[in-house]
Amino acid sequence: MNHFPQAWGRPRDDVYGQYNPSYLPQSHGGTQQPITHTQSPIVTGTSVIAIKFKTGVVIAADNLASYGSLARFTDVHRLKHFNRKSVVGVGGDVSDMQYLDRLLKSLDVEENYSTGSHTAEESETDPAMMGANNLHTYLSKVMYKRRSDFNPLWNALLVAGLDEKNKPFLASADLLGTTFSGPTMATGFGAHLAQPIMRRIVPDEAASQQLGREEAVQAVRDCMKVLFYRDARSMPEYSIAVIDEKGVELKEKEVLENQSWDFADKIRGYGTQTV
Amino acid sequence: MPGFDFSNHNRNIALHAKGVPLPKATSTGTTIVGALYDGGVVIAADTRATSGPIVADKNCEKLHYISPQIWCAGAGTAADTEFTTAIISSNLELHSLSTGRKPRVVTVMTMLKQHLFRYQGHIGAYLVVAGCDPTGAHLFTVHAHGSTDKLPYVTMGSGSLAAMSVFETQWKPNLSRDDAVKLCADAIEAGIWNDLGSGSNVDVCVITPEKTTLLRNFKTPNTREKKQRDYKFKRGTTAVLNEKVITKEQISKYVTVHDIGDGKAGVGEKMDVDTQPSAPS
Amino acid sequence: MASLFNAQSMLDQPSYSFAQPTSHSEPRQHSFYPYTDNGGSTLGISGQDFAILAGDTRSTSGYNINTRYAPKLFKIGGDGPNNTGSKIVLSVVGFAADGRALKERLDTVVKMYKYQHGKDISVGACAQRLSHILYSKRFFPYYVTAILGGIDEEGKGALYSYDPVGSYEREQCRAAGAASSLIMPFLDNQVNLKNQYDASQPQGFGKEPLKPQPLSRPHVESLVNDAFTSAVERHIEVGDGLQMMIITKDGIEETYAPLKKD
Repeated sequence: MNHFPQAWGRPRDDVYGQYNPSYLPQSHGGTQQPITHTQSPIVTGTSVIAIKFKTGVVIAADNLASYGSLARFTDVHRLKHFNRKSVVGVGGDVSDMQYLDRLLKSLDVEENYSTGSHTAEESETDPAMMGANNLHTYLSKVMYKRRSDFNPLWNALLVAGLDEKNKPFLASADLLGTTFSGPTMATGFGAHLAQPIMRRIVPDEAASQQLGREEAVQAVRDCMKVLFYRDARSMPEYSIAVIDEKGVELKEKEVLENQSWDFADKIRGYGTQTV
Repeated sequence: MPGFDFSNHNRNIALHAKGVPLPKATSTGTTIVGALYDGGVVIAADTRATSGPIVADKNCEKLHYISPQIWCAGAGTAADTEFTTAIISSNLELHSLSTGRKPRVVTVMTMLKQHLFRYQGHIGAYLVVAGCDPTGAHLFTVHAHGSTDKLPYVTMGSGSLAAMSVFETQWKPNLSRDDAVKLCADAIEAGIWNDLGSGSNVDVCVITPEKTTLLRNFKTPNTREKKQRDYKFKRGTTAVLNEKVITKEQISKYVTVHDIGDGKAGVGEKMDVDTQPSAPS
Repeated sequence: MASLFNAQSMLDQPSYSFAQPTSHSEPRQHSFYPYTDNGGSTLGISGQDFAILAGDTRSTSGYNINTRYAPKLFKIGGDGPNNTGSKIVLSVVGFAADGRALKERLDTVVKMYKYQHGKDISVGACAQRLSHILYSKRFFPYYVTAILGGIDEEGKGALYSYDPVGSYEREQCRAAGAASSLIMPFLDNQVNLKNQYDASQPQGFGKEPLKPQPLSRPHVESLVNDAFTSAVERHIEVGDGLQMMIITKDGIEETYAPLKKD
């Protein structure tokens, strides 16, 4: 015993060697790096767009994952279906999207166990099946929790599908946990370029209840074309899904058709050039 | 000394460093567009001017005169678009007088880009230049830093993407005059509805080799509805604490007093009174 | 302290290790900002036997419109997910995600109150509870301006307004959100009759200011309408639709009217 109470009970260096603080965080003399969170997205997907129509919802997103300005992965499917009632479209960080996908898979397994339906036919008619609105609530709470922990999932999501009463449902959730719904929705660049086109066709909820499936699909395809023309982080191959009472129809290898580059032949330089 | 006065520059830098905010300029957070058609060119603009989130002017004019057959749509800092187009208009007139020729659109575009490039983007003028001259109909955009573009259809301002979405879905080569006007007006409307920086009415200007037609308030889809209550106060509602009457005779000791017309205020001095409950513009 | 034990003067003594106090490095930068402003405006006016809350339905981010219909008014308490039979309304404006979280917490609290006490919570108690919820997040606040409306225990219209960290006050009227600085002076003048004097009295210092009296329901509704149609004219973040909830002793009446969409 010595006269320094701070030292009482501490292991003696001459017996145990000097204390190795390396595992401690830097604030306590260690070398451990502080816990880091996603501070910015790395590999990213661009816009997701969707329109509600009379009996369902159409949703689309292109198949590109960019690494900054590099078109890094050209076969990334950003529409994730969940049971036979909903599709989630994901924009933003791709690794966070893959985490969400895993979360959805495990949720799906849990749901299938708990509802106790054993055959495909049983689950078809299961009245307690999660609707798209339930899935949206779930995802928005995940997003809000993560933002409140300062550890956001760097995504913008669109949840499209049918609610518990089989009415069309469409809503968004983003990295801050903010949620919106409307007859047309778009994330990222689509909010600037596609939303005006879609709102012209479907200005309000009443108009979406008059819209046919074919018109809705065509409108979404037109928007994807405009997005390819004008969004530098986009590509012409895309996924499109239609969700209605018949279930989810997901196509992941669509290619833009009838592109028009008519304006280009008139262009000669940027100013005084004429040839 | 011609040009800008920089004498307060250092003082303002020092003030800003101490936390004095910069004065807020009125910006025409705007949608402006232009499109060439067979036989001329059309430009159009919305009419909202903003200062931050506040609407500064509900029906401002963003189509600026350069010469009879050359007009400019302006986005960005209101004062910069106003003065830049005015100075180029003035210089162009002198140029036209000295050469004895009609002004050309490329001349305007070149003068604008050289003027703006000199100021390295500090003059916040984003312009769509359009017009007809002996070499045909032309359409350009000029950015604040001095870069230009020459395209058959163009959009600028905060609503440029909304407007471009209309062009990219509906534009086709060899438009007629009416189709071009409709297309440009629709593009501006896309900005009005979808971009918060744009709003109120649609102004259109059609320029052909023969004449220029300015369609001010071509569309007015945002007229204000009637207020439900009348807010006229009873005379005497405001307490007058002190009253002093100065007669014409007394004041004529200091200045010369003339009666104009019937003694009522001159036309230019009449105040734009919000007469309720009838709807103002 | 560590230096004391490692000092040369103590060479003959066994030494001990202590955590090294390190010089504080620069605070770590976060590029993630957990808030955003979704624009819009709300207002509330209380009358003799009613309270009115109103809010526009536009939701914005930057110069974009997220949706033209995002309600800022929520029924609190009552039964089930649709709050049937509720007599309290909460309006929130600011950061919509926090607004939603706040509304859900208050709603749960009010429903739990009924479950535990077997009676409806009073607006006064609900108002205080809301204040506590807001203050509980004093250092990571709910970025919202809340207004709570209902009928008090005497049957009078009750209105409570809040700041984001829970300071609250019962008032006759309050405007909040983006256009609050445009609407509040109008309400001061028209509801509390500020800067208005008795026109029938002679001019001078003795002139009596007009005394505010409770306004009738149609009168208040027309004021709310005019406040919003005017705010729409001069504030870019306000528009699309006007949602109103009128709370009386019989329950909540809800109305919707379109506003300009530019």
